[in-house]
Amino acid sequence: MSQAVLAALKSKFGDALLATSSNYGDECVTVAAAKLIEVATFLRDDPKMAFDSPVFLSCIDRLGLSESGPRFEVVIQLRSLSLRHRIRIKVPLEENKLKLPSVSALWAGFNWLERETYDMYGVEFEGHPDLRRIYLYDEFKGFPLRKDYPKDRRHPLVRREWSDE
Amino acid sequence: MGLEVTTSKLEDLVNWGRKFSFFTYPFITACCGMEFMSVAAPKYDIARFGAEFPRFSPRQSDLMMVVGTVTEKQGPALKRVYDQLAEPKWVIAFGVCASTGGFYQNYTAVPGIDQIIPVDVYIPGCPPRPEQVLDGIMLLQKKVAEGRGINQLRARREKLERHRLEQEGA
Repeated sequence: MSQAVLAALKSKFGDALLATSSNYGDECVTVAAAKLIEVATFLRDDPKMAFDSPVFLSCIDRLGLSESGPRFEVVIQLRSLSLRHRIRIKVPLEENKLKLPSVSALWAGFNWLERETYDMYGVEFEGHPDLRRIYLYDEFKGFPLRKDYPKDRRHPLVRREWSDE
Repeated sequence: MGLEVTTSKLEDLVNWGRKFSFFTYPFITACCGMEFMSVAAPKYDIARFGAEFPRFSPRQSDLMMVVGTVTEKQGPALKRVYDQLAEPKWVIAFGVCASTGGFYQNYTAVPGIDQIIPVDVYIPGCPPRPEQVLDGIMLLQKKVAEGRGINQLRARREKLERHRLEQEGA
């Protein structure tokens, strides 16, 4: 259904795209972090693309899923309400370089989603206007949705003094 | 000697009054709240136990019902509300989440509110049946009547300590 979007991206950016796929009606494009803003701006501003709706932005921790390839993958889902097509952008990120440019300037709706992704995975969005934790408190150490975060590790804000009873 | 007997009887009378006049502060965070409403509503009717009047200010309450999961982020608020309750005060942990964290064994949930405040009665269940809650309230009534509430015991201990210090001073 959104094959035209993939075709347009391929003809405009060509080899700059790392990969494209089209499974079960889901059109995906994988781009490097350095190319993200360029691709995203084209998707928003080109009248044939007109992606006006930021659907979601999150991250996948691929620890243990595959032997090779980068550990993290930031996923951005876009939809065009006027042209009724959609596209998914994936940005692979290495564990030691968890940075990509923020797209919250292009779609304001991604502001809080980028903060959530930072909160849970520790991905840094460069150029984000207010990148700090959104759900958790500032005293929290670490990023709990990473696969190697121990399930019983807690960061209590307050505990009772058992001695006084 | 005679004076002591009189005060202990007076204490019993006061505790008898206390056990039939809980002023509940509902600290409701989750789905267990539905069961709390059911218990408070006419069908199960905690008015029969004198605990029907929820007060939404901790300063007007003496029984705190912690109903539902408490997250680590909520911990300071829970502690603060408990500190504001009028003395003598009691706490019921309503449901497994409040009692132990329930199935939320993860980074957000407090593993039982007794990590933060002392608890008098734990009511298990996910959520507990209203009958279990009534049973819990009756257990607490028994505790209050016998003066065994955690807060009551502490007050007594402090009183004895003051008395001992006075004796030593004199």
